[in-house]
Amino acid sequence: MNPPILIANFRKQFPGGPEIVADDLRIRGGITVLFGASGSGKTTILRCLAGLERPEKGTIRFGQDNWFDAGLNHFQPPRKRRIGFVPQDYALFPHLSVTRNVSYGLQGLPAAERASCVAETLRWLGLDGLEHRLPCELSGGQQQRAALARAMVCRPKLLLLDEPLAALDTPTRLRLRGELRQLLRRFGLPTILVTHDRQEALAFGDDVVVLHDGRNVQQGAASEVFNRPVNLAVAEITAVETIQPGRLLEIHDGLATVAVGNVRLVALAEDLPADACEVYVCIRAEGVILVRADLVQSSPRNRLPGTVRAMAREGPLVRVNLDCGFPLTALLTQLACDELALDKGVHLVALVKAQLVHLIPFAR
Amino acid sequence: MNGAEWQLVGFSLRMALASLVLVFPIGLGLAWWLARKHWPGKALVETLVSLPLVLPPVVTGLVLLQLFGRRSGVGNWLHHTFNCDVVFTWRAVALALAAMSLPLFVRAARTAFEEVDVKFEQLARTLGAGEWRVFFTITLPLAKRGVLAGTLLAFARALGEFGATIMVAGNIPGRTTTLPVAIYQAVENGEDAHAWLLAGVSAGIAFAAVFTSERIMRRRK
Repeated sequence: MNPPILIANFRKQFPGGPEIVADDLRIRGGITVLFGASGSGKTTILRCLAGLERPEKGTIRFGQDNWFDAGLNHFQPPRKRRIGFVPQDYALFPHLSVTRNVSYGLQGLPAAERASCVAETLRWLGLDGLEHRLPCELSGGQQQRAALARAMVCRPKLLLLDEPLAALDTPTRLRLRGELRQLLRRFGLPTILVTHDRQEALAFGDDVVVLHDGRNVQQGAASEVFNRPVNLAVAEITAVETIQPGRLLEIHDGLATVAVGNVRLVALAEDLPADACEVYVCIRAEGVILVRADLVQSSPRNRLPGTVRAMAREGPLVRVNLDCGFPLTALLTQLACDELALDKGVHLVALVKAQLVHLIPFAR
Repeated sequence: MNGAEWQLVGFSLRMALASLVLVFPIGLGLAWWLARKHWPGKALVETLVSLPLVLPPVVTGLVLLQLFGRRSGVGNWLHHTFNCDVVFTWRAVALALAAMSLPLFVRAARTAFEEVDVKFEQLARTLGAGEWRVFFTITLPLAKRGVLAGTLLAFARALGEFGATIMVAGNIPGRTTTLPVAIYQAVENGEDAHAWLLAGVSAGIAFAAVFTSERIMRRRK
């Protein structure tokens, strides 16, 4: 397995910004997503890894390499870290052609070898034919691939990407998300990617680190982090659609019964302290199934009769806001909406599997 | 124009170029240092560099005379070590022109460097480039227009220099006399036609330099 990155006792503060704290942040190989709202400190951590910012305290290690140690006053400059860095706006050198941008990091290689390396990388990333273009003559997607090529051609040990899709317009972004994921998988490098977009985090991340106010609040597999936030802050950052305060009534056979207003819900009773009475009930919109009220259902799942309050298109999906005694959000395809003849005021039943109802004890 | 006049114009142009040889490396270093680094006492250096812009040129000349005269430390050392005299030679002309045009060059180059986004320099560093390589392959090429315009301005300023030159280099015909000094001399001697001819040549060169400098700055990319 690739060497892990270890950040310990890390402190970094910009004037006027939050103090960024990472007491023990371990990043293993594969693709790790640093996820958080703007100002959460994710870009700062990335830039500290690149060596473009210097933390005030702590250590940064990459495998056997000591990149930073405040105690020893040791700071390895970026040029010696062997990283591939792709900033948000790509920062392609505007005065150099694609070829010269990509070959910039190959200083010291014989010219012939350099040329073949660049040609191979350009072909690999589908940039052949654009060798002599200037960055301003490339499309957004081509710029992104040129920046990736420039970073990858030096065979870095770690790839750092800051919001790699943010500079693109929405249709291009959606198209390139899959393409970029495939590329990153093919590179097979330890990769750290910063994003504030949940879909991107889910698409890219083997691991997700959630940052909030400069702190690492949760880390784990992407599905785990997004489906089972450890506290209210993470639930809000990861944009869980339905978050309702509830009261834990009983735990029986590993299933917890909670009351949300007058509605009773069944959830898996994982990680709940024995004395937790007040909880937040979190339900992802993807986990909500809607059926017509006249359909008879006998199922152990939560059956919540409700009324459609509002509907809004969201890309290929439709977000449906329901009143089931408490506000509940569901995400459906347009086709499903049509089949259910959904409209404002329609009565139907929402079904939620118990394992998709996540409970967070109060004040955690 | 007669031979002496051609010689005068040639000498003035050569001296302006010689002063650029001094101004260019020193000015680039200073401009970069001022644009990119922060250190205590920076404001003092900024002020010192710009001082010749507002000081009476004869005062700058007087300071140079004091510094490089044979009785001073520097002048004495140059005389005994390299058998090289500065004051009242062509070297003094180049030195005076350089001192007077340095502030203009530094101001232009510094602004040009400040306009280069540091993100490009940072990215070059992540690609393994050292500071010199970053400067010569990223910073300088991206600041090229401003630096070039500053160079032309400095050149034009050097051609028009009078006060500092006459203090340190004097007015030795054929050896240290530059165009402005010759014009002054001609008027003193009542040779108005001669003075106007030289003034016309000066104005022509200055116009070309400033015009080109403006064109470089206005041009897109």
